[in-house]
Amino acid sequence: MHLTLEFGGGLELLCDSVKIHNVDVELKKGLEKLTMKDLLAWVRTNLIKERPEMFMKGDTVRPGVLVLVNDCDWELSGQLETTLQEKDVVVFISTLHGG
Amino acid sequence: MEEGNTIAKRAGSRLCCLCNERKPALKRPKTLEQICRDCFYNVFEEEIHQVIVGNHLFKAGERVAIGASGGKDSTVLAYVMSELNRRHNYGLDLFLLSVDEGITGYRDDSLETVKRNEVQYGLPLKIVSYKDLYGWTMDEIVKVIGLKNNCTFCGVFRRQALDRGAAYLKVDKLVTGHNADDIAETVLLNILRGDVARLSRCTSITTGEDGPIPRCKPFKYTYENFNQNHTYAYFKKLDYFSTECIYSPNAYRGFAREFIKDLERMRPRAIVDIIKSGENFRISTSTKMPEQGTCERCGYISSQKWCKACVLLEGLNRGLPKLGIGRSRFLENSNDNRKEAKRNDGDRSIESKQCGSLDF
Repeated sequence: MHLTLEFGGGLELLCDSVKIHNVDVELKKGLEKLTMKDLLAWVRTNLIKERPEMFMKGDTVRPGVLVLVNDCDWELSGQLETTLQEKDVVVFISTLHGG
Repeated sequence: MEEGNTIAKRAGSRLCCLCNERKPALKRPKTLEQICRDCFYNVFEEEIHQVIVGNHLFKAGERVAIGASGGKDSTVLAYVMSELNRRHNYGLDLFLLSVDEGITGYRDDSLETVKRNEVQYGLPLKIVSYKDLYGWTMDEIVKVIGLKNNCTFCGVFRRQALDRGAAYLKVDKLVTGHNADDIAETVLLNILRGDVARLSRCTSITTGEDGPIPRCKPFKYTYENFNQNHTYAYFKKLDYFSTECIYSPNAYRGFAREFIKDLERMRPRAIVDIIKSGENFRISTSTKMPEQGTCERCGYISSQKWCKACVLLEGLNRGLPKLGIGRSRFLENSNDNRKEAKRNDGDRSIESKQCGSLDF
């Protein structure tokens, strides 16, 4: 599944300072859909090059990381249970620093 | 249209609760209603307006400096203040005030952002630097004292730097982008450190009314829960700088922040409740409270003979960097030669001057 992932608020530093990633995520065998939970695990394994604890805590994002799916807060679409579709845009922004 | 429907379906097949026209983009804090971007902007801006008006933060004709670091909170603050000033005719003269601590790889970048903000929002900018005021950059300070207590220096120096910048601009008030999370962290830190005097003051929306320049925090009731400032800045595509200060991983405040974020996850009201507790602390009458006076060296507000900034600066200049931090110990003066060299290097030797030449 082709997705566009964007990292902001400092998170891009965890992925080699690249803010926008166009990725192709393989679905798990036997499953038809991709949830945010699956995507997070995929990102941690494939995109996060350092300090994964700044991005995730357990199964979900670290508190203070804002997640938008197609410009909508993922709270609206079910957080980890949000299903993703081809060409979706997912944005992760860290909020945990001084302003 | 197909795209819109799919997204609407995933978002719970609803339209924005407020306008019923557009697709929702997020949940409104406090009420948990689903609202669209435009309604979010209106709600956010109106809430800030109500806080400003309800707490009588400003008077028409006042000159107000906005503490601007280039980060998301101060950028949103600058944007919203100038917007509301225009929309509701507050009649304020707004300025941007920025502090250059001299941290390469962090502050020099974020200052570029503030310079852009000056142009984007049409607000005159004043930058005050530690180097000019104290003769030391943070990088230089860290080289001398290491990474453990550097935030103490920076915090103390910054407070004074802002006041001096504000005095230079002849403003009546200083406004900063501290939000509810920040204030809750401060309450916790003051409890952890047993700082009773600060504990009784730190939750006020306006502080320092008895000092040189009062400062207020219009975002006091904005919870980062639901990440409002970030969402606002992101959607409005505001220009802001978002990297951590390179020295901050060692800051004590980081622990309070992490803890509060975890608490908030389990109980979203944790933040506003901590602030409420802080507002309602009453100090026992038998507790001795520090009396307020002025620093003998520079005239700044102080409860001791010398203000904290003067004590720290004296320590740096005399090669006793631990002066003013915990229990004072006498260190070897092997640094003294280096200090002498500094004094004679030709540029404004602020070290030989008092802590500041502005009258308070």
